[in-house]
This record gives sequence, C-alpha cells and structure tokens, in this order.
Amino acid sequence: MTAPLLANDPTATPPAPVDRITVVVRRSFGDRVFHLSARAAGTLTLALMVLVFYFLLNASKTFFKVESFSKFMTDQAWVPDEANAGVGSLLFNTILVSFLGVIMAFPFALAAALYVSEYAPRRLRRSLTLLLDLLAAVPSIVFGIWGFFFLMPRQRHLSIWLSHELSFVPIFKVTDGQYADSPFIVGTVLALMIIPIAASVMREVFSQAPPVEREGALALGGTRWGMIRSVVLPFGRGGIIGGMMLALGRALGETIAVTMLVSVVFTRSTHILHQGSNTISALIALDWGEASPIARSALMAAGLVLFVITLLVNVVASMITSRTRSGSLTEI
Amino acid sequence: MTDSRTDLAVADAPPPAPPADQGSGKPEPERIRVRSWSWSEAAELGGVALAALSLVWLVYEQLTGLSGGLGFFLCWFATFLIMYWIVQRQRHDKMAARDRLVTVMIGGLAAVIFAALAVIIGYVIFRGYSTLRLHFFTVDQRHVGPLSPATAGGGLAAIVGSLEQVGLALLISVPLGVGTAVFLSEVKGKLGRPVRIFVEAMNGIPSILAAIFIYQIWLIEAHNQVSGFAVAMALSISMMPTVARTCEVVLRLVPGGLREGSLALGGLEWRMVRNVVLPTARTGIITAIVLGITRVVGAAAPALIDGGESNTVNWNPFHGPQDDLPYFVYRLVREPIKAENLRAWTGAMVLVGIVLVLFIVARMFSGTWHPLGWGRGLIDRSRRSRSPLIETDATSNGGSS
Repeated sequence: MTAPLLANDPTATPPAPVDRITVVVRRSFGDRVFHLSARAAGTLTLALMVLVFYFLLNASKTFFKVESFSKFMTDQAWVPDEANAGVGSLLFNTILVSFLGVIMAFPFALAAALYVSEYAPRRLRRSLTLLLDLLAAVPSIVFGIWGFFFLMPRQRHLSIWLSHELSFVPIFKVTDGQYADSPFIVGTVLALMIIPIAASVMREVFSQAPPVEREGALALGGTRWGMIRSVVLPFGRGGIIGGMMLALGRALGETIAVTMLVSVVFTRSTHILHQGSNTISALIALDWGEASPIARSALMAAGLVLFVITLLVNVVASMITSRTRSGSLTEI
Repeated sequence: MTDSRTDLAVADAPPPAPPADQGSGKPEPERIRVRSWSWSEAAELGGVALAALSLVWLVYEQLTGLSGGLGFFLCWFATFLIMYWIVQRQRHDKMAARDRLVTVMIGGLAAVIFAALAVIIGYVIFRGYSTLRLHFFTVDQRHVGPLSPATAGGGLAAIVGSLEQVGLALLISVPLGVGTAVFLSEVKGKLGRPVRIFVEAMNGIPSILAAIFIYQIWLIEAHNQVSGFAVAMALSISMMPTVARTCEVVLRLVPGGLREGSLALGGLEWRMVRNVVLPTARTGIITAIVLGITRVVGAAAPALIDGGESNTVNWNPFHGPQDDLPYFVYRLVREPIKAENLRAWTGAMVLVGIVLVLFIVARMFSGTWHPLGWGRGLIDRSRRSRSPLIETDATSNGGSS
C-alpha cells in the first residue's frame, strides 16, 4: 500500500476540520401553519392508538372490579355474569386457529409469490400480479359464506379420511364423529383469505431483488432454482417473514369469516378435526347483541388482550420488514 | 436476463447488442434456452401425471377403499412429485433434476391456489347471479315477508348505507391519512419514527376492535344512538392507516430534485407541497384512497356493533340505525330461510362487483393498467421500479433492448 486508494482509508490524512456553520431557519407564517398541521395529523395517529387502548382498558375496568386480572388471563370458562370468565381457552383457540391458517397458507403463499415473480411468462406476470392484489382485496365475508356453504360439507370428507387413516397422530383424533365447525375448517378458510395478502407482500419484495445478482448467479452456471435459493430468497427473507406476520395479524383479528364458521367452545383441545372452535373476535361479534353491561365489559377486556397481541405482531412485522436489506431499498 | 423468451445466460451466443454482426454469414451458434420446454419434456410431465393418477386411483379407490376428492388430490400430487423426481433423475444430474422438481412443485402449488381463489369468486357469482334483478338496486326489504321469493325486495337500504358510511369515512380519513403521509415524508422530525411504527401497527387492528372502541367512546360515554356516522368513524380507523401508508410510499417517490427546484426558486415549504409534491403524486394518492376504500367496504363488524339493523332505507347517516352491504350479507346468511340466504348471495356478489370496479379504477390511476395509455404520471416513467404500488419489473431496468 503506497497511496490511499479509498477515501475512507485509515492511512489517509484526515481532512482539515471545517468550522461549524449554524443555519437559522426562520419559517414564514404559512410554513409554520403547515408544519403544525402536518405534525398534528401525525400526532393524532399516535393519539388514536393510545385512545383505543385507554378506552378499552377503561371499559374493561367494570369487569376487573368483579374478577381479578390474573384470574381473567387463566380462566377457561365464559360466564361473565357470574364473574367467572377469562381468556384462558379463548386465547388458546384464537392462536390455534390463526397458526393453523398461517401454517397452511405459508407454502402456498410462497409458491404463488415465487411463481408470479420468477416463473410466470412475462405476458402473464402482469395480470397475475393484478389478480393477486385483487384477491387480497376480496371482502372477508365472501370467504366466510363460501366456507360455510361450499367448503364445510366437502372438507368433511377430508377430515373423516384424515382422522381414520392418521388417527395415530394425536391432533387428528376424533372419536365421536363430530367434524363440522372444526378449527381445521376455520383455519383453511383463514389460510385462503391470507394467502393473497402474504403472497402480494412477498412478490413485491422478490421483484426488488437486484437484477445484477440474479444475472451473476445464472452466469455462474446456476439453475433457476439455484438462483432463487441463493439470491431471491435470502434477499426476500424480510419480506417473507414480514408478509407472514402481517397475515398472522389479519388471521388473529379476522371477525366475520370466522364468526360464520365457529361453534363456540370453551375448552382447550388440540384435536383440530373435532367440532368446536372459537376466537376472541368471533365471540365479541356473536355475544355482543345479547350481552349485559357486565358481559360487554368482559368482552371489552378480551378485546384488549387481542388488541395488545395484534399490536405486538404488527409492530414486530414492520420492524423485521424494514430492518432487512429488502426493506431498506424503499428508502430513498 | 434480457428478454422473457431468451432469458438465459448464454456463454457462447453473441450478445444482442451489436447489430452489425447479423448477416455476416457466420452461422449463429444454437441458443441454449434455460426455460424452454421441449415436446419430450411435456410428454414426460404428462406421462408422469397420468401414471401417478392411475397408481393413486388403484391404491386409493380400489385397494384401500378411501374416499373424498380432496384427499385423492393430495395423494395424487404427492405421488406425482415423487415419480417426477425419479424420472428426472434418470436423465439429469441432481441439480438439474431438483430445479425441474421445484419448478413443477411451485407451478403446481400456484395453480392450486389460483384455482381455489377462482372457485371462490366463481361460486359467489354463480350463486348470486340467478337471483340478481335490476330492482336489487332500487328497492329495500320493506315489503319482504318470510314467504316472499328470493327475487323480491332488494338491497337499496344496504347500498345506501354502504355508500354514505364509506363516504363519511373518506371525509374523516383522507385528510388525516394524507396529512400523516405528508408529515412522514415532508416534515419529518423526532416523532416520525414512532408515528410510522404506529401507522403500521394500526393497519392491522381488527375492525371489530375499532367498532367496540367507537361503541364505548361514542355510544356509551357520549350518549349517542347507533347510526351510520358511528359506523363511518369505526371504518375510518381501519381506513386511515391504509391511506397514510400507501400515500407515504407514493410521496417518497416524488423526485427530490423537484422539491429542491421549488425551494431554490424561493418557494415556501407549504407551497412546494401544494404546488409540486401533491400534484406530482396525484395519481398515486388517488390509488391510496381507493385501496383504503377496498379495505373497509367489506367490513361487517362495525355495522354489527355500531350501526343497528334496518330493512328500510335510512337516508340520514346521523340518525337512526343504518344497514350496510357486508352486514346485510352477514345477517341474511344466518337466517334459516332459503330465500334470505339467496338474497345474501346476491349481496355478496354485488359487494365483489363493487370491489372489482374500485380496483380497476385504482389501477387505471396508478398507471399500470392503461388500456388507452392514460394515467401515466411523471412517477411512472422515472422511478417505476421503486414503488410497491406500481408493478415492479426487476428485469425492465436491467438493460432490456
């Protein structure tokens, strides 16, 4: 090394220190109003979230007066009028159903995203992208009624088959022949609902993978799959995780489609093919109409738990997506 | 990757760049096509599919007496993949065979999922179409009894409710959402990061939580009655973050040079935003708004909690219960009367139609779908590949001819 080749070479002589220049910005009245109103809009968003949390907490206080918070978090029953209610089984069932949906959705979402961004012919790619985004916008109630009228009677056969042939797997065990409204069916409908959502996030990230690296991988003699595995998937890892977490957030909070399919139970059972499923949002939607004030307060408390969980999932999802390399590309 | 038909990295083919080479008499070397499918490969694929079908049919239907179409399909697909792998291994090395297997697997899974989603949409249209009459859009359920045929009455009450509630939600969430986006991309500041995180988080808040929040704050604490306006407020909580997020992405695409130019000419900041940034991003902002609408137009939970039910038209969203389309579907589908269920299917089909129309409108403005070449803004030409909204084509800026 004779001469510094790079500007940040440690051997280079440091540049002469520059005197600090202080720039004073005196904004005009119009600009001050503009800054203030834009900041107000941003602050309002923050405030709205805090308000939602505060009012849900406030509303559930009525119920926490008759039952302690720790009992609420573990209690499996739901008889709020007798101060005997909790999210012990509710939360379990909510998470069970959502994870079933996400697990079933994952391979399909990944395949759909990879197909659209990597394998589809150029002419088809554009319309498939459009189709994927359109499907992500289909109202959930449509999935709900389709699941209820079309899927439930048909998926019964698959449930029966699974429980007969694979009964040695504990989660597939069904002894009394009750197959309708199972977590499996609810999870399937949720999976179909979240596949387009997750797939369009993933496709978006995959398509941003740098073309130079793709060409490099192919030029080194890699196969298409080799290129995808070594360039596209590592690049899109943040998008895959973020997309699935976003989908998980949707699945956790999905109300109407689930409400149409569940038959409410308050037990913790991992027999996913057996009748009986439940989620927090479905319980709120089903019970709200006939609930007494104290029961509504209990439902609000359950809603608060759901709020905190979805908030966490979404914040983590957005942080993962923005921290990885694929997310940083959108920063200009 | 220069072109879809020849996308490959050919080692010894002449680069397409110098056109003078053509016609020089030198025979062009045969092009190796990475993704081309020959007839023998197609026959292989078909043969394996058929073989798997026969084998699974024999074992599944005849020998073990299983039943059910879905189970059959799953077994067939698994057998097919295994057999395809074996066949490919006969002719290719491990890497090439794996590449082919993955191609078939991804194509198959994608085909299954697109087919399943097409079945869902098709089924809704199939069930709803037979009872859709033109008067679905002009009359309500006033004169509908339990014995009326499915074509009697209509969804006017629900359609009016949906239009008014979404309209009101727009009035609330568009200024807020666009304002937040302007704050995030133009004003910035210490608050920027928490606001962005919270907008992301709020985007995933279930609509039922927005609904019970409005119930508590507007109906209980402020002593109001159920109304379309309460529903609109709940909807705007779901809509606002969608608008803000999408809008921010679009605003960030406005070239910085335009901003600097405006400021260098002595413009004030708010004038720069009003006269330069927002007009440049106009089409993207419209897309953001339409995406916000599609996000909430199908949400039934707010009407279930805050809207009350009404089978007659209520034109006033500020007073009295007001129906909307998703709640209409939800309510009727749970009735034990066949005709009511059929009306629900009609409602669902209309809902899907509305989303479809909105979506096409959004795409027309976003500039990717332009049958007549309209809707192409400044952004589309300059930085198309960076916008998540606008379809990105990684290969298009890689140097296509």
